[in-house]
Amino acid sequence: MSKLQLITKGILKENPTFVLILGMCPTLGVTSSAVNGMGMGVATMAVLIMSNIVISLIKNLIPDKVRIPAFIVVIASFVTIIEMLMKAYVPALYASLGVFIPLIVVNCIILGRAEAFASKNGVVDSALDGVGIGLGFTLSLTVIGMVREALGAGSIFGYNFAGDVMPLLFILAPGGFIVLGYLMVLFNKIAKR
Amino acid sequence: MDTMNISQEILQAFSTGEVAVAPITIFAIIIGAIFVNNVVLSQFLGICPFLGVSSKVNTAMGMGAAVTFVMALSAVVTWCLQEFILAPFGIEYMQTIVFILVIAALVQMVEIVLRKVSPALYRALGIFLPLITTNCAVLGVAILMVQKEFSLVTGVIYSAATALGFALALVLFAGIRERLEMEDTPEGMRGVPIALVTAGLLAMAFMGFANVVPLP
Repeated sequence: MSKLQLITKGILKENPTFVLILGMCPTLGVTSSAVNGMGMGVATMAVLIMSNIVISLIKNLIPDKVRIPAFIVVIASFVTIIEMLMKAYVPALYASLGVFIPLIVVNCIILGRAEAFASKNGVVDSALDGVGIGLGFTLSLTVIGMVREALGAGSIFGYNFAGDVMPLLFILAPGGFIVLGYLMVLFNKIAKR
Repeated sequence: MDTMNISQEILQAFSTGEVAVAPITIFAIIIGAIFVNNVVLSQFLGICPFLGVSSKVNTAMGMGAAVTFVMALSAVVTWCLQEFILAPFGIEYMQTIVFILVIAALVQMVEIVLRKVSPALYRALGIFLPLITTNCAVLGVAILMVQKEFSLVTGVIYSAATALGFALALVLFAGIRERLEMEDTPEGMRGVPIALVTAGLLAMAFMGFANVVPLP
């Protein structure tokens, strides 16, 4: 697989949200606005790239039997670092993402990539895989956030275009499920072509 | 309105440690965690097993039971760790790492103990146990419990009630999906998309519980 393919596959062919259907909790939980979705995507991407790099570096040192706990410790360390950085530099985003930041640890995408890719491939490829899958996740979350924000609050990235006549439902929990369901249909339709 | 204010006051007093646990507080916590703030349908935790395991009512019940058991147990352990190790030494930032490792170890231990002590229960819950480590509801509830500053007793009640809410959502959803399989769904909607839309409708129904009790 060429280097470019490693980066682009996460966006369409192996899109973690719409095709692999992984990491659903943050996907639904934080996408009440485009900014939140994007922030979560970028935070997850950062953790994914770093953990992929470290895991592919230490893959030969870890005994096979304890590899999953070892991966979890590596991932949890990076999540803690990201958590502290976000608390210090983007406190507003940190507050609105809330419990979902520490929960990046149990995002199946990250452990899944560690197990399926980083533990079998070289450092450069693993980093690029992290970038690709991370980009796919960030884009999906941003799109879901944009749609929900537009339908529910009548604004995009905080820029209001419709006043307050839009149904709030789409920002609340039910809207998350419904928007994701229909976006998935749309994505499959487009990707099939 | 009056009762709401009173129980809110009790809640406040309780969180500052001035009053022992009042029955009404416990009631509010239980109803709040099961219905009002349902872990799956309103807080978006534990979606993966919710979508993955919920195609049959029987498996949904097994998963629900296993999660309830592990969640209540992990609530006790993580609360003790937070109170007696992380907080006194000022290393709260280690919370994420410690909690996830403890939960993973706990799940393993429960599996080993169950296999020896109660083979019947092990056979019933066995296949669901390894899946629970990656169930974000377990870690999520442990973290939320610390954030909300519950005491040990209310914390465990909160966790068990949350897990019951999870089980309830799972079983309800499995029942709907069993019926859904007989229906003639449009091709593009089959599988996960229709499940998500259904979950959305179920979440809408649960919104009817909003403001039934003051939230802790």
